[in-house]
Amino acid sequence: MIAEKSHTAQHIIEQISAKASKVNFINDSDLTKALMYLENIGIPTNKDENYKYCNMDALFKKEFKNLDQKLIEIKNVAEYKLEDAINLVVLNGHYSESLSDKVILQGLHLTAFSDLDTSGKKLISSLVNVESDGFIALNTVFSGNGFHLQVQKGTVLHMPIHILYISSSESEALINTRNLIEIQDNAEAQIIEQQIIIGKGKVFTNYLSEKMIGANAKLNSCLFQNEGSFGYSVNTSQVQVQRDGHYDNTTITLGGQVVRNNHNVALVGQNSQAHLNGLFSSKSNQLVDNHTLMDHQVPHCESNELYKGIINDKSTGVFNGKIYVRKDAQKTNAYQSSKNILLSDDATINTKPQLEIYADDVKCSHGTSTGKIDEEAMFYLNARGIGKESARKMLLASFAREVISKIELDSFRDKITALFENEL
Amino acid sequence: MITIKNLHASVDGKEILRGINLEVKAGEIHAIMGPNGSGKSTLSSVLAGKEEYEVTEGEVLFNGKNLLEMPAEDRAREGLFLAFQYPVEIPGVSNVNFLKTAVNEIRTYKGLEAMAPKDFLALVKDKQKLVELDGKLANRSVNEGFSGGEKKRNEIFQMAVLDPCLAILDETDSGLDIDALKIVANGVNTLKDGKKAFLVITHYQRLLDYIVPDFVHILYQGKIVKSGGKELAMELEAKGYDEIKKQFEKESA
Repeated sequence: MIAEKSHTAQHIIEQISAKASKVNFINDSDLTKALMYLENIGIPTNKDENYKYCNMDALFKKEFKNLDQKLIEIKNVAEYKLEDAINLVVLNGHYSESLSDKVILQGLHLTAFSDLDTSGKKLISSLVNVESDGFIALNTVFSGNGFHLQVQKGTVLHMPIHILYISSSESEALINTRNLIEIQDNAEAQIIEQQIIIGKGKVFTNYLSEKMIGANAKLNSCLFQNEGSFGYSVNTSQVQVQRDGHYDNTTITLGGQVVRNNHNVALVGQNSQAHLNGLFSSKSNQLVDNHTLMDHQVPHCESNELYKGIINDKSTGVFNGKIYVRKDAQKTNAYQSSKNILLSDDATINTKPQLEIYADDVKCSHGTSTGKIDEEAMFYLNARGIGKESARKMLLASFAREVISKIELDSFRDKITALFENEL
Repeated sequence: MITIKNLHASVDGKEILRGINLEVKAGEIHAIMGPNGSGKSTLSSVLAGKEEYEVTEGEVLFNGKNLLEMPAEDRAREGLFLAFQYPVEIPGVSNVNFLKTAVNEIRTYKGLEAMAPKDFLALVKDKQKLVELDGKLANRSVNEGFSGGEKKRNEIFQMAVLDPCLAILDETDSGLDIDALKIVANGVNTLKDGKKAFLVITHYQRLLDYIVPDFVHILYQGKIVKSGGKELAMELEAKGYDEIKKQFEKESA
């Protein structure tokens, strides 16, 4: 569905163009297409079926009218680093070598986009279609200087990589953050991404990450989103998994005024698999919108999705999970589950499984449940002397734990558990 | 220990308890028997503080305090324990953590310090033996994937750990095979200390072969229609509930 032409896009392009430097690492053809797309279609409105609950155009008109872009140079990020990981810092869309740890592991290469050679540049934008979404187009035109992270063939990284994205501004700002992660054949890596906001300015961060997982390679990843009430974001993850490859992701959303996740996975090689887990807790008038696309292109692949939400006050949660099984993708196993707890009468959840199956020998299922805190369980705990407040916390924590327990790195899992349970 | 006076309760506007009078003293075991739908489970739920039941009349004094004014958690903290007919499964909450929280909230209420982890573990180990509960179950989620018998034994195990002064057993025997029944009864008998009181709610006389009551009451249509000693249970077993039904339907007609 083509959205109406948006005048906002024009206003953003003008304002951003005046402040941001032009990118030099996207190929001309994509750049031109992206510009055209922005000009003709622009930022999605709620008339676009994909952004039905998340009217980005209206948001830009209302909240980001004056993009002053008074960005803050953060000098010290020690408190956000993880001890047992290689910390890479992206500040306001740009990879910061000075804030990051030195990358000195064998088989691990990190190159800023601006330093890539021609063959490296070719990989950028190879997984996304710049004409498929206004935010991909926007990022393509205005991306900051991100990096290409490459785990080379056969390398098994024994230390996780922690990518810390910091958006920081004193005024309204739009930041485009991008990276390309390549786990080559037979390689294995664990990546933890964190998105935070420092400062008092409202910041819209348009994240785009392309992740290539090679044959028999494995990527275990976790994304923690905690942008507070000043943070607005769209997060596009475009993942491609080759034969026998394995992609795991757990996305935990705690903060952010508006958080939209577009998690698109293409299983392009036989016997590849992907497991997506999501958990969010929303309050006040937050909006957390998870869109997933599991694209089964070839036979014998497996996918699993488990998304959970705890929705409080007047906040809104969205889960839209599309499973696309192409004609050739026989023997597909695809499962999806969305479970939500509404804590207030004004809280809303919109959940929609979307199965498009063109192969005839597949196993696909989806389930969704929405409810309040289980009264029977509540009474059981009360009847043992456990007060209402701690019983409520116990039940919500146990609901969350099913997802949080999927985080592999112990220290990070403990940290997230504490942060999450503290918010309940 | 507990004095129930003219207790009336309804759910969704339908009156289920229609004037219950009962006094249970420390150290006594009372059995409440009755056919299906007589209000047995409603009585236990009302006493434990389930909110969907509305008490329309009457009062309940528990160790001199007005029980009906307390929320469910305070009733438990004051020493009332309900062994559920259908124990609830709570995925993700481990049995041990759940019990530790319960023990410590009760202690806080009583102005005591939290129990040292070492002491708590010793207590758990000791009480597990009592009901022959597999130690592995303690680390599993509360009742999740437990067999019917394991769930009931878990109730008695929790009772042993929480050490209440009044325990209400709501059809703890239903659905148990004879071995499980013996284990449960043995658990209860071991906990008898001359001070604790038990209110044993059951459909079948069988349980009372193992937990011998001091008093038996027959509940029918929301009222106690007959009280007596343990021989009343035998009589009921011999004649069946139909006899009671006939007798009291006539009276009320």
